[in-house]
Amino acid sequence: MRVMVLVKATEDSEAGVMPTAELLEAMGRFNEELVKAGVLLTGDGLKPSSQGKRVAFDGPNRTVIDGPFAETRELVAGFWVWEVKDMAEAVEWVKRCPNPMFGPSEIEIRPFYEMADFGDVVTPEIAERDKQLRAKIPGL
Amino acid sequence: MPDQESDDLLRKTMMAVETHQTIEAIFRIERARLIAGLARMVRDVGLAEELAQDAFVVALSEWTKTGVPTNPGAWLTAAAKRRAIDLLRRDRMLARKHAEIGRDLSEEDEAGIAAIEAAMDDDVGDELLSLIFIACHPVLSREARVALTLRLIGGLTTDEIARAYLSSEAAVAQRIVRAKKTLAKAGLSFEVPRGEERRKRLVSVLEVIYLIFNEGYSATAGEDLVRPALCAEAQRLGRILAGLAPEEPEVFGLLALMEIQASRLAARVGPQGDAIPLTQQNRALWDRLLIRRGLAALERAEALGGAAGPYALQAALAACHARARSAEETDWPRIAALYDVLRSVMPSPVVDLNRAVAHSMAFGPEAGLALLDAIDETALRDYAPLPAARGDFLFRAGRRAEAKVHFERAAGLSRNGRERAFLLGRAGACATEGATPYRE
Repeated sequence: MRVMVLVKATEDSEAGVMPTAELLEAMGRFNEELVKAGVLLTGDGLKPSSQGKRVAFDGPNRTVIDGPFAETRELVAGFWVWEVKDMAEAVEWVKRCPNPMFGPSEIEIRPFYEMADFGDVVTPEIAERDKQLRAKIPGL
Repeated sequence: MPDQESDDLLRKTMMAVETHQTIEAIFRIERARLIAGLARMVRDVGLAEELAQDAFVVALSEWTKTGVPTNPGAWLTAAAKRRAIDLLRRDRMLARKHAEIGRDLSEEDEAGIAAIEAAMDDDVGDELLSLIFIACHPVLSREARVALTLRLIGGLTTDEIARAYLSSEAAVAQRIVRAKKTLAKAGLSFEVPRGEERRKRLVSVLEVIYLIFNEGYSATAGEDLVRPALCAEAQRLGRILAGLAPEEPEVFGLLALMEIQASRLAARVGPQGDAIPLTQQNRALWDRLLIRRGLAALERAEALGGAAGPYALQAALAACHARARSAEETDWPRIAALYDVLRSVMPSPVVDLNRAVAHSMAFGPEAGLALLDAIDETALRDYAPLPAARGDFLFRAGRRAEAKVHFERAAGLSRNGRERAFLLGRAGACATEGATPYRE
């Protein structure tokens, strides 16, 4: 299964405090472990929300809101995408991650929707394509 | 209070279940590395697997009581190491008794144990790489290499392997036991091979991984058209290998090929389980993350000087399709040029056939027909895609009557019901007066 691993923001990360060389090195080692285990698909760090924008939707209206955003602990400071067997494996890998922040911090794991989750739901696109294919085959 | 008691029991049970899941996840993460370290130490893959298994059994009983240690990997390694040293001591004692030699062997013992300790402290990546090379060793049959790789590196159970290959668990278990015996008898070196030997052995490793991928991708057995779990396992093996051998261009070539091919898994099977050809797939369903990873891996293979490797070339072909936003945007001249190179690196009549198709798309049906005429057809005698391609080229060249004959021949050779109906449909279209030229 594919999971997104979200590193939550802290006051430090929101203030743009850069990690120490030690942390960068420890994080590098952890990333290397993930690569050698065939787990890591992609990942990156995000700039503080002061550099970000939000677009709020309300019916036909679109309102642009400039960062920074208030609810610091709910913001995302970085992410990985991993391929793991189950959530237990993802949790086990996260436990091995060095604390990504100076103080207390949190990492959240969220599984992706997968093909199987949609069961027999067939999108109109797929149905249409099938129809087109069949139209080319007389007698079907 | 009974309520309180049952609550406690429930909480304890749930904690036990959770611990059990945690321990299983740790085993999955540690297993291959542990076996790899032990194999180098005891020079026996079968024994290494048993020792690892013993360590897990001990961990399971300990950790459910005491909780999981902070560094479970080190804990498992230490436990397995102790067990291996005990075994070694016992073997030495037995040997001494048998030989009835009074000479003190304790110095030799200590040297042996020191060697074991050194082996376990070696670079973990190197050990895992060495285990991969051993599991894919050419002394084993292809089937044995596949089974052993899935078991030792992939951590699949014999039952899982049997289900993936629609075989019986007993047959797979026997194959693995026999493979381990063959390896033990061969007295192989557990070092990572170097130089020319490494090049040759790597070919076998890549072949095994691609065999696993293809078994998933084109499911030769069973009702399913694809078995995504096998593809995922092969991709994981490819990613592991890329992490362990980051200087090998063909490792990245194979990884690129698998990532890009797998990016289409969701798009290549229709709602009725039928295969949808590449040019007709809904490209919105292609997995962009896998495409991006595939293109990056291909770039890495090329940067390492491996652009002309057989896997890198096939990945470059797959990349041409991945880069095209619609079938119409496909860069057919580039695909034709890549096939020109591929046929010199990997000569095969099937490559020649695909090359003819690419040339027909790039330069017109006559170009395709000329290349088809040059193919040695003896190897493709009963191969439906050959007359199907000829029919298509003739049709596009306006030679309808001839095209019809070849479509019918192709339909007669096809063993797939849907494909047969499709080909008969095209044969029928040849007879239609004034029909618009058929387009894929």
